[in-house]
Amino acid sequence: MLRVEVSKQLGDFHLKASFGGEARVTGLFGASGAGKTSLINMIAGLLRPDRGMIVIDGEILDDTSAHTHVPAHRRRIGYVFQDARLFPHLDVRQNLDYGRRMNRVVDDPAQRARVIDLLDVGGLLDRRPGQLSGGERQRVALGRALLAQPRLLLLDEPLGSLDDERKVEILPYLVRLRDEANVPMVYVSHDANEMRQLATSVVMLNRGRVAGFGGIEILPGASLPA
Amino acid sequence: MFEISPAEWTAIELSLRVASVATLVATPLGIAVAWLLARRDFWGKSLLDALIHLPLVLPPVVTGYLLLLTFGRRGLIGGWLAEHVGLVFAFRWTGAALACGIMAFPLLVRPMRLSIEAVDRRLEQAAGTLGAAPWRVFSTITLPLALPGVLAGMVLGFAKAIGEFGATITFVSNIPGETQTISTAIYSLIQTPDGDTAALRLVVVSVIISLAALVISEWFARRAVQRLHGN
Repeated sequence: MLRVEVSKQLGDFHLKASFGGEARVTGLFGASGAGKTSLINMIAGLLRPDRGMIVIDGEILDDTSAHTHVPAHRRRIGYVFQDARLFPHLDVRQNLDYGRRMNRVVDDPAQRARVIDLLDVGGLLDRRPGQLSGGERQRVALGRALLAQPRLLLLDEPLGSLDDERKVEILPYLVRLRDEANVPMVYVSHDANEMRQLATSVVMLNRGRVAGFGGIEILPGASLPA
Repeated sequence: MFEISPAEWTAIELSLRVASVATLVATPLGIAVAWLLARRDFWGKSLLDALIHLPLVLPPVVTGYLLLLTFGRRGLIGGWLAEHVGLVFAFRWTGAALACGIMAFPLLVRPMRLSIEAVDRRLEQAAGTLGAAPWRVFSTITLPLALPGVLAGMVLGFAKAIGEFGATITFVSNIPGETQTISTAIYSLIQTPDGDTAALRLVVVSVIISLAALVISEWFARRAVQRLHGN
C-alpha cells in the first residue's frame, strides 16, 4: 500500500500530486515535463519533497512536518532507470548480485535462478554492460532491481530508450514480471499502449498536477508526445 | 663511465625511498581531498583548493623555509612531534619525504579529482537505490571507476617527488646518506671538479625514472576511459 502526497518547487515548475492505492501496477501517465520522473525520484528518496508525506505499508518514508526523510539506501525500493545504469566495471553476474551484497542478505541461489530464468539473462552472466544490446541491458537492470528484494519497484520509462522492435521484445518480460514477481510496481510512461498492457490502475499527470485517476479505461486513444 | 658508484646508489636508493613514502602517505589524504573537492560543497572549499595548489606557485625555497619554521626542531609542530611522538623531520630523510609529499600533493590530487568528477553520479544514485550506504557507494562504485585516475595521480606525484629539489635542500639540506637525493647529488657533483661524468650518470637515471612514470601514467589514463565505457 503506497500513499504519496507531495509538493515540490523545481525552478519555475511546481509539482503537487497525491495518489495512493494497492494496485499491482500503478501507471504514472503523462507527457514529457509533467513531473513523472521527479515524482518517482521522491518515492525513491533521491529527491526531497518541500512539503508532504510518502508512506509505504504503514511505514513513513517522508514526512516534512516531522522532518522525517529515510535515505534512498534504507527504503528497499527498487528503481529501473530509462538508461539502465548498469555498473560498467562489473560483469552481469556482479551487477545482478550487487543489491544482495549491499543489503547483506544471505545468498539465495533458487531466487537468483528464478529471476535469471524469468528475464532470460542466463547467457549474459559473464559479459560486461558495454557488450550488451539496449534490450539486454534493460533486462539485466530489471533483474538487478528485483534481486535486491524491494517492497516496491519503480520503472521510469524502461522502454523509452529502445526502438519499436526492442520494445516488443521486452514488453512480455514486464508482463511476466507483473504476474509472477509479486512486487508492486509504479510504472512511468507516456505511451498509452504500454500502459494498457501493463498498468492495473492509472494516475494521469499533467503539468505537475494529477489530472485523472482510475482504471486503464481513462487512458486516451493515442500516446502523448515524448 | 656507466659504472654507478656506491655513493650514487645510495642517492638513488634514498630518492626512491623518499618518493615512495611521500606518495604512499599522500595517497589516502589525496583521495579524501579529491573526493571532497569533486563531490561536496562546503564553506572554505576554494580556500582548501588554493592551499593545496600553493606549493605549485610558491618558490620552492619559500615552501622549504616555511617547513623549516613549522616542522623544524624548534618549530611549532616539529618540536611537539619530536618530543611526544619521537618523529623528527629536520635534516632527516623523513623531512625530505615530507617536503616531497607537500610539493607533489597538487599534482597527485588533480588526476584523482578529475577522475572522481568523471564518474557518473547517476550510477552512484543507482547504487543507493540498491541499498548501498554512501561509504559503500564510494568503495564499490566511485573508487573502482576512478581507480585509473587515482593510480595516475600516484605516478605523477611520485615523479614530482623524485625530482623535488628546492624545498628539500632548504628544509633538510644535502647530507649524503641521509637527505641527499638524486637531484641534490647532481647539484653537488656539478660543483665538484671532475664530477661531470658522475652527474651525467645520475641525469640518465633520473630521465629514465621520469620517462617510465609518464608512460605508466599515460597507460592508466587509457585504462580509465575503457573502464568508464564498460568494455
